[in-house]
Amino acid sequence: MTAQRPLLLANALLVDPAAGTQVHGGLLVRDGLIADAGPHLAPGAAPEGTETVDCGGRIVAPGLVDMRCFVGEPGYEYRETIASATAAAAAGGVTTLVSQPATDPAVDDPAIVDFLLRRARDTGIVRFHPMAAITKKLAGREMTEFGLLQEAGAVAFTDGARSVTDALVMRRAMTYARDFDALIVHHTEEPSLVGEGVMNEGEFASRLGLAGIPVEAETIMLERDIRLVKLTGARYHAASVTCRDSLAIIARAKNEGLPVTAAVSINHLTLNENDIGSYRTFCKLSPPLRTEDDRLALADAVADGTIDVVVSDHDPQDVETKRLPFAEAAPGAVGVETMLPAALRLVHGGLVPLATLLRALSTAPAQLLRLPGGTLARGEAADLVVIDLDTPWVLDRDDLRSKCKNSPFDEARMSGRVLRTIVGGRTVHAVAG
Amino acid sequence: MTQDPSSFVLKRRHLLGIEGLSPAEITGLLDLAEEFVTLNRQIEKKRTSLRGRTQINLFFEASTRTQSSFELAGKRLGADVMNMSVAQSSIKKGETLIDTALTLNAMHPDILIMRHAASGAVELLANKVDCSVVNAGDGTHEHPTQALLDALTIRRNKGRIERLTVAICGDILHSRVARSNIILLNQMQARVRAIGPSTLLPAAAERLGVEVYRDMKEGLKDVDIVMMLRLQRERMNGSFVPSVQEYFHYFGLDEVKLRYAKPDALVMHPGPMNRGVEISTAVADGAQSLIREQVEMGVAVRMAVLEALARNLPNA
Repeated sequence: MTAQRPLLLANALLVDPAAGTQVHGGLLVRDGLIADAGPHLAPGAAPEGTETVDCGGRIVAPGLVDMRCFVGEPGYEYRETIASATAAAAAGGVTTLVSQPATDPAVDDPAIVDFLLRRARDTGIVRFHPMAAITKKLAGREMTEFGLLQEAGAVAFTDGARSVTDALVMRRAMTYARDFDALIVHHTEEPSLVGEGVMNEGEFASRLGLAGIPVEAETIMLERDIRLVKLTGARYHAASVTCRDSLAIIARAKNEGLPVTAAVSINHLTLNENDIGSYRTFCKLSPPLRTEDDRLALADAVADGTIDVVVSDHDPQDVETKRLPFAEAAPGAVGVETMLPAALRLVHGGLVPLATLLRALSTAPAQLLRLPGGTLARGEAADLVVIDLDTPWVLDRDDLRSKCKNSPFDEARMSGRVLRTIVGGRTVHAVAG
Repeated sequence: MTQDPSSFVLKRRHLLGIEGLSPAEITGLLDLAEEFVTLNRQIEKKRTSLRGRTQINLFFEASTRTQSSFELAGKRLGADVMNMSVAQSSIKKGETLIDTALTLNAMHPDILIMRHAASGAVELLANKVDCSVVNAGDGTHEHPTQALLDALTIRRNKGRIERLTVAICGDILHSRVARSNIILLNQMQARVRAIGPSTLLPAAAERLGVEVYRDMKEGLKDVDIVMMLRLQRERMNGSFVPSVQEYFHYFGLDEVKLRYAKPDALVMHPGPMNRGVEISTAVADGAQSLIREQVEMGVAVRMAVLEALARNLPNA
């Protein structure tokens, strides 16, 4: 392998959410690491042989760390592979992708973790880390080998889009996880309250004649989990909260000093139930899109830190499962490639400051999962993204790198995009700025 | 002051647990047991101290090892021993247990040895009968003769119990052996550690007088005695620990983990062992293992308990 030339990202606005700083200057990458950064690095200041990129005053920030992304490999390669998912991630400024265990077979055995890491090494272009299942076959009955899975490289434990309904199983899993300091990531939805529901319960569902899912499906499970955290001391992360009521629960847990964090998906932050419009199945999600009031509360919670992490909840679904009547269509949306441009809506709308948003997209998930990235500190991995904040454009789903095109942002107007993505000092995505 | 073991009397009617036994009583029983170790190694192993007495072994839970140990102990002391194995299904209700007790009582036994799957069942029965009752294991509560035989084995090999560091490892939550041992070892001024995954540790384990470790290598550091516990197969596969492989990897005693203990550390196991689950064959059969000696001590300790109780029986 040839040695990388040093790279200088010059004339940039360096936004480092880890340090809480925003300064104009340059950032020098050498040997895959951040060698230097600051106002003193002018375009001409680089050592000889350095490749210099003039950022034209645009933003250089830590690359995004997406901790909730469905990759179809193994078993659902027709929906997504590690190669296609990491290509989409690179285009979206995501330098670290964390996959979900809902594959076939499920990621419930160290050999599968090993397989995924080898596939990622051979076919992936951004960093890739799998989460492993909490329970074998995601069946909610028997816990997996947390210790051996963690040693194999699993970064956290989750049953993906399924909840562990048996409280005793969850209690034991949390108790056992604490011994290994393992993070439990849980989808909080009480299935018996979801029932036949397909969208948020309320007036709009009634008008559409669709069965609703009350917010209590989420809050009851979340309350239960928090009490189990109190009992067991496990590190717990709510995978995707969607409503105002959940925020109060999370805030209370944090005030009590419990090791609790939470994420929100980009979809719930930028869309609401009305986006379903006339039965748009691309907006059928699990958990469902909530009201505008809930959405605004979620945005506030990202701004004030009640919510730690923003995820793409990238879930590719093919035409066969989406081009169906709303009630019969599969839930899920692709999102890893559009996460950052969509999130910039919150910045442009004045709901969340840019640095706070970037913290939730990179620094917080990196710290939570103890992964590289999320910082512009000297000596750290050069996982970076160059962001154009303002250029308007319209999303054409055919331009997406994902194998599936089920984007709720199809034909949406965006403002700002990813110009360059750098992983370990190597540029994995670049567009003319 | 050392007491003459041959005159030691356990001044109580029953032995229901280690709880409540004084260090002097424990020492008295161990000293008496020593005499029986000597006796058991002779060709003539019989005594007549329990001649004319009736001992009933009432086992509501299958146990070849403990039951035969008590049977042999009673017979060597000259008692008439009767074994009763009672099917689990017929004694589900407390009423039935008491009925059984009253029926038995009418047969005028002198000593009842009882094992039952429910904690507290032995005490319940002891309240209803006129004879002496020895707890041979009640649920996850106590197994006093096991703790005494473990203590005897330790004392014979280390010369003392006090100030030794003893690690009890594995499924402590469900282990009556662990509970009795923790009480006894604390009474005898040993330092006790409990090592296991949190799912197999009792609530507030620290308050039971043990130091709690969740990492074997850390917990075994510089211990004198490593006491392994049997992991029941039904505890595996999801409910308490994920798999045999993972359990053995983190909590099974193999030669590598044993090296963290003192070089002259000794290994114990109440049996029967799951080789390759909580203990490797190399360690179980290795030079540091006391597992077979524990079985030998079992008979001697049970003889000591029977005799010490019999000396306190009416008309003794």
